[in-house]
Amino acid sequence: MEFLSQTILNGLMTSSFYALIAVGLSLVFGVMHIVNFAHGEFYMLGAYTVWILFAKMEWPFFVAVAAAIVLVGLLGLVSERLVFRHAHGKVLSGFIMSVGLVFILQVLVVKIWGLGKMKPVPAAFPQVLEIAGASTSWQRFIVVPVTVLLLGSLWIFLERFRIGRALRASALNPDAAALQGISPKKCAAVAMLLGSAMAGAAGALMAPIMSVHPYMGHSVVWTAFVVVIVGGPGNIKGSIVAALLFGFLTTVISTLLDSTIADLVNALVMLTLLAIRPEGVMGHD
Amino acid sequence: MTRFRRAVIFVVAHRRRVGWLAALGLFLVILPFLVRDYQVDVLIMLLINIIIVVSFRLITTTGRWSLAHIPMVGCGAYATALLTGGLGFPFWLSLPLSGLAAGAAALLMSYPLARTKGFAFFVASFAAGDALRLCWTRFKVPFGGHKGLTNVPVPSFFGAGDFAQAIPYYFLALAVTVLCLLVMWRLDRSRLGRTWKILDMNEDLAKSLGINATFYKILAFVLGSAFAGVAGVLLAHRLWAVVPAQFGFGATLYLLVWVVFGGTRTFQGPIIGVAALTLLREILKPLFEWVPLIFGTIIILTLIFLPEGLESLPRRLRPWLSKERLSLLETESEPTGYETVRQPGR
Repeated sequence: MEFLSQTILNGLMTSSFYALIAVGLSLVFGVMHIVNFAHGEFYMLGAYTVWILFAKMEWPFFVAVAAAIVLVGLLGLVSERLVFRHAHGKVLSGFIMSVGLVFILQVLVVKIWGLGKMKPVPAAFPQVLEIAGASTSWQRFIVVPVTVLLLGSLWIFLERFRIGRALRASALNPDAAALQGISPKKCAAVAMLLGSAMAGAAGALMAPIMSVHPYMGHSVVWTAFVVVIVGGPGNIKGSIVAALLFGFLTTVISTLLDSTIADLVNALVMLTLLAIRPEGVMGHD
Repeated sequence: MTRFRRAVIFVVAHRRRVGWLAALGLFLVILPFLVRDYQVDVLIMLLINIIIVVSFRLITTTGRWSLAHIPMVGCGAYATALLTGGLGFPFWLSLPLSGLAAGAAALLMSYPLARTKGFAFFVASFAAGDALRLCWTRFKVPFGGHKGLTNVPVPSFFGAGDFAQAIPYYFLALAVTVLCLLVMWRLDRSRLGRTWKILDMNEDLAKSLGINATFYKILAFVLGSAFAGVAGVLLAHRLWAVVPAQFGFGATLYLLVWVVFGGTRTFQGPIIGVAALTLLREILKPLFEWVPLIFGTIIILTLIFLPEGLESLPRRLRPWLSKERLSLLETESEPTGYETVRQPGR
């Protein structure tokens, strides 16, 4: 019983993290048709922002997280303007440009803050949380409410606000949307801002839990890609469902066996799902 | 006799190109004696990378960019390590067998990949390749886990040459590379190669002509992966060891950069790309920490200003050249197979 509740709690935390990072990626793909491999580096920069502002300059934790969201969002906006706009929606060009961006950002981070030194970020909420026999620290749990909050506000933005609806229209059919006066460039900029900001939020929240180093985005971005593909590219609801699936799968297998087997099983599950439904579990075309 | 006469006529008719090829051949033969000792190993790696990029281009002619290509190189490397190191097979037998092993792995993967397109194919092919790499890391028997396999023997070739030395190994690698390139060049120019290209240009049209798109795509994937496996054999026997970390995603990223920088439209494009960037890397040796940043900048600028890669530069410059030069280039440009179908609006 205790094992079950502990697994559910861990699975929920892992899934929230996956959802937070994958939904941003999916949003960018849906609107811009860019497979942004640098999403992982944006996540890494979010973690670095918290390391600098919270661990070194001792700002309050949530102020540091907010700063990370804003800064990484702006970085996404700049990279859209300077780099991704020139891909003209070609998936391959966009992907390889983002690979170039990965190289650039990693070298810059290594050159500015160094490679070998540890970058410890203390826990802001070290108190222990106990629910139904399962225990974790508040620091680990905080990702769940924040993800619900951020995804909820994204949903309201996309459903209720004029710009949000314009964004969805542009994702569905850019030409038809442009005929209605919706600028594809503005939509791309907004999508990139929001998507990158979510990567920044994920990095900022994970900084006290994960080890902060220049290559931390690598494994994360692949998990996010798997989640986005299985959910159906550009399909945000599908991404959330897939995040829950893989979050629980990883947690259960890591607990019972080991994490390498968990990665292997994730890859095999994804390949099986793609063989059956190439358009994603929630896709409908 | 007619065969010989036809060959003579061919050489005379193509004397310019034959001359260039002979000069290139001579250059490649004397090159290892001109450079410093460690640079011979750089040249060996360049030859191996040339097989990798050309076999990668073979797959991309069908319009699919496989991110499982480097794991396929690893597949060949592990196969030869197990065959020669573990079972005592001779090198010359292990070379084609390991290529076949990589091809077989590709065939196994191609079923789940067959229906995926675009973004999904990227990620799915990466996941399939990474699943292989995770197997090598996880299973100590027979793959040796993180430390890999370190019992790869020095190749022996009926007692000819000491292949532990760099220069004899360079010539071995050169022979294998030339052989692989010849086969892939013939494939590229054949009916098969043209079929692959039409799949990239207009898959629906190809299907309407009765071409089995799935079959030809899988064939390209398997053949390209088999050549990647051969490259892996050369790699393993030079380094005398195989480690899973060699075949991680970093290597795939460099492969993409080489290929995109050179351009995939023509056969020689990727070779130009990998040769130019290897040279640049040697020149930038004192700045090695900055190399990824420089490569990243180069690749972004290439995609913005020269989207078809370095090999499209002469074509781009043509309007600025003088008239005589223009006619000279005109006669030298050869069909690449992409001319067979012209689509409106492309």
